Amino acid sequence: MTARRARPAGPVAFTVNGRAVEVDRPPMARLLDVLREDLHLTGTKEGCGEGECGACTVLMDGEPVCSCLVPLAQARGAEVVTIEGLGAAHPLQRAFVREGGAQCGMCTPGMIMAALALPAKPSLAQVRTGLAGNLCRCTGYEAIYRAVQTAAAEIRERGA
Amino acid sequence: MRTALSRLILHEPSTVSAALKLLRAEGPLVPIAGCTDVYVQFQFGTQPGTAFLDLSRLAPWRRIREQGAVLSIGALATWTDIIRSRLVRRRLPMLVAAAKEIGGPQIQNRGTIGGNIANGSPAGDSLPVLAAAEAVVVLASADGERRVPFTAFYTGYRKSVLKPDELIAAVEVPAVEGVQWFRKVGTRAAQAISKVVMAAVRSPHPRIALGSVAPTVVRLPRTEAALGSGASIAEAQRVLREEVHPIDDIRSTAEYRLQVSANLLAAFWEATG
Repeated sequence: MTARRARPAGPVAFTVNGRAVEVDRPPMARLLDVLREDLHLTGTKEGCGEGECGACTVLMDGEPVCSCLVPLAQARGAEVVTIEGLGAAHPLQRAFVREGGAQCGMCTPGMIMAALALPAKPSLAQVRTGLAGNLCRCTGYEAIYRAVQTAAAEIRERGA
Repeated sequence: MRTALSRLILHEPSTVSAALKLLRAEGPLVPIAGCTDVYVQFQFGTQPGTAFLDLSRLAPWRRIREQGAVLSIGALATWTDIIRSRLVRRRLPMLVAAAKEIGGPQIQNRGTIGGNIANGSPAGDSLPVLAAAEAVVVLASADGERRVPFTAFYTGYRKSVLKPDELIAAVEVPAVEGVQWFRKVGTRAAQAISKVVMAAVRSPHPRIALGSVAPTVVRLPRTEAALGSGASIAEAQRVLREEVHPIDDIRSTAEYRLQVSANLLAAFWEATG
């Protein structure tokens, strides 16, 4: 059997931030590298490259995943959302600025993408659990938890 | 990234039978699903395989269902699937407890129970649960299925009875009588690998399984017998200390692991009494 039969579908089609894309890269390429290098979405950061730090978190079909651990082939047909998909004035983004939730900024996109999966009115325990897969070396986390909770309150008020 | 990903071959079957045929015809292939172990190996350059078999499209193997008295959990069920499953929460709460402590949400969303079994780490968090629950592993090949008791699945450090042309299809868990208990001890609540991990069932015939204290997950038959025959917890701890032989490694020391194992035994007995 030839290598061609091992890559049956050729370029991988999926959507990123609502836009249809098609990427012709090896099937085991990391989604992280495809986002940054092929699609020029450099908001998604590489921290550890081994699923430990969460800096590369994106939503795949609505669930936070580490894009450093996703082969491109598994993104086929998926809906991927990166930090760029939030625009620049999402309540979470503004709250991170306001509350000092971002310092060096390396963990921030991953923190925000993970926070998007939290329930509408997250308890502090839920925020801590929801962000347990994201490491921050600057803030000591308290400002991040505050940012997530105030953003959630703002989103609820806006929706009410 | 030490492994050149561009050189790797990936087979992407969309049916179970196609996957099993590919494995036999094109093997050896390394099966992948949530990739939470294999991409770590790529990062460190420790994955020798160059040809892979993507199982992620095999939807029938992701199902969680009741089949008579048996709870069947497909190998591709993720930790998030398991946490959300009402069936697993009702029948096997110690597996839900383990799933919640594996990695963080990102890992739980991708990592699968079949991958945890196949990876075979002595520290695999779900493995003591499967040992204490007396689960059965369903192995599939192009010839059909066979069933292996989980406690007979591993033959040594990261070695198992799985043949090169077989895949883990599911685990089947019979009804567990008694009170289930799970506890993981690591350096941090999330994203940490266990120093010691225990799953146990309180019943007239107690069951105790430990991870991270031997080359494979282990049951403690002598400690179980002691507790079952009414020995004091101090006496049972003494038996446990004779029965378990952990080692020093990067995550902990043998003496710490022994002490924590004995403490966990007491904690289990107190919490379920």
